[in-house]
Amino acid sequence: MSAAVLRTAAPILADRRRRPIGLAIAGAVALLVVLVLGVAAGSVAVAPGDTLGILLQRILGLPVPTTWTPAAETIVVDLRLPRVLTAMVVGLGLAVAGVTFQGLLRNPLADPYVLGTASGAALGAAIAVILPVRTLVLEFGLLHGLAFLGALGAVFVVYRLSRVSGLSPLTSLLLTGYAVGSLLAAGLAMAMYVSGAGLRQIFAYLLGGFDAASWLRLATAAPLILGASIFIAVRARALNGLLLGEETAAHLGVDVRRERAILLGLGSLVTAAAVAVSGLIGFVGLVVPHVVRLLVGPNARLVLPLSALFGAILMVLADLAARLLGEIPVGVVTAVVGAPFFLVLLRRARAGYEL
Amino acid sequence: MIRFERLTVAYRGRPVLADVDLEIRAGERVALIGPNGAGKSTLLRAAAGILEPAAGRVWLGGAAVGHLDRIAVARRIAVVPQQTTLPFAATVEEVVGLGRLPHEDPFRGHRPADRAAVAAAIERVGLGHLLGRDARELSLGERQLVLVALAVAQAAPALLLDEPTVHLDLRHQVEVMELLVDLNERDGTTILAVLHDLSLAAAFFPRLVLLDRGRVVADGAPDTVLAPERVREVFGVDPTFVHVGTPAATGGSSSAR
Repeated sequence: MSAAVLRTAAPILADRRRRPIGLAIAGAVALLVVLVLGVAAGSVAVAPGDTLGILLQRILGLPVPTTWTPAAETIVVDLRLPRVLTAMVVGLGLAVAGVTFQGLLRNPLADPYVLGTASGAALGAAIAVILPVRTLVLEFGLLHGLAFLGALGAVFVVYRLSRVSGLSPLTSLLLTGYAVGSLLAAGLAMAMYVSGAGLRQIFAYLLGGFDAASWLRLATAAPLILGASIFIAVRARALNGLLLGEETAAHLGVDVRRERAILLGLGSLVTAAAVAVSGLIGFVGLVVPHVVRLLVGPNARLVLPLSALFGAILMVLADLAARLLGEIPVGVVTAVVGAPFFLVLLRRARAGYEL
Repeated sequence: MIRFERLTVAYRGRPVLADVDLEIRAGERVALIGPNGAGKSTLLRAAAGILEPAAGRVWLGGAAVGHLDRIAVARRIAVVPQQTTLPFAATVEEVVGLGRLPHEDPFRGHRPADRAAVAAAIERVGLGHLLGRDARELSLGERQLVLVALAVAQAAPALLLDEPTVHLDLRHQVEVMELLVDLNERDGTTILAVLHDLSLAAAFFPRLVLLDRGRVVADGAPDTVLAPERVREVFGVDPTFVHVGTPAATGGSSSAR
């Protein structure tokens, strides 16, 4: 009797769900708005009308009358646009990678960096800074290349080492990720200690940002991030199967070992490409998937595309805020916004997750 | 339907099942009983093809389970796991919807037919009133029914259950048992369930298979399989703890008492 009363008093989860189509439309409109705002705002403000005009004329080739100065056009097309689009693609990628790692590891606290990508990328970047070699191939310094390879290399090592342990695959992956991450962090600390004048550059990388964005870097990272994200999205079935555990997933027709390896590889590729162009920007990949799940439920077919959309919006906004606050690191903005949000999520989480 | 042919399964060199020959025919309702460590759960997992046999084979219909891909197995056999965890909040409908994974369109996901199957499965186990609830907030009995509904939505001709009544009070145990009988008798679903409660197994299942130390030691009707001397030998307990009778005959007049 009292249990029945309690249950009717409890909020019904389905009532908190929102229509995914409505969210997608609202998100698409919001993304367009923040993209235009992101291009218009900055140390030299270009009027939103002019910004829109430049974008329509240069990108879509529409016959819009020119009401702006050539300087404004250069700022918009060569500086702001690649920067804003890079933020968009990186936000999208980190959110998709977040959904992937949380689903794969069945851990709500997982983020794209959990299996060592962050420490691997950071150590790679730091090594690039302290090496006395200065190479520059098509705008790509050693830093981006080594960060990318460091991130992928770290995950590869974690994956291989985790397979020889006697623990269950998931526990083993998480603990190996932690151990390898700690080792790489020690390497990073050492590299920073000996870096001398390069310390500031390493630090800027660790905090993340988009001030070094360029069309060429975007053109290299975007296909990797978008391509791998699409391949993840078509494997939504496997992520859904894993919701109730690896054994249940197998009973539901998922080839668990194969899917785990593929999703791990794709998620790491997205993360590595993102951190190579933007540094380590936290919380977007952790928080966005949770918010989307609260709105539409755990179905990865909905969570993946909507997280991509909202991750992109959030990152463009964070970059905009960072610029308006006088070029502070974007990672600082996402942490200041994301951490309190995450604490709220933690308060809502229940202790027991058993079904 | 499911045939185990000289099946041997080993964990790290130690045999868990040895030379098991067993056939479950289509439409049968069979309870798998035996002491802890007898190999009951292992037998279920081997039937579902998630364990590699050391020797022998498992046949599903006409095909060896090792030669079928995961989806083909999932369309023939639905498994209700012993326990499971849910890392994110999900409604009853969303959890049961996972049962449609082997059938859904790989790109478009659920179609109206899938949604209808999910709704029907939830109604079938009597959880229609809990459709939109957070599955983690339900009572243990309701959660067990959610997992059965998921397997029903999977629409496989055979249903395998690993201790479906563990942790449940007597009323919910009987509720789950009656649901299994109904699925078997009304839909013709083949049922193979691991059960610990021998009285419950005897009351609701016409055929019991007794495993001990990886071997089938008895197979048949409850009153023959649970003969007092065998219960004493295999389980090491006083056989008067085991009541063999059907619910219809609970007056005490039935066999073996």
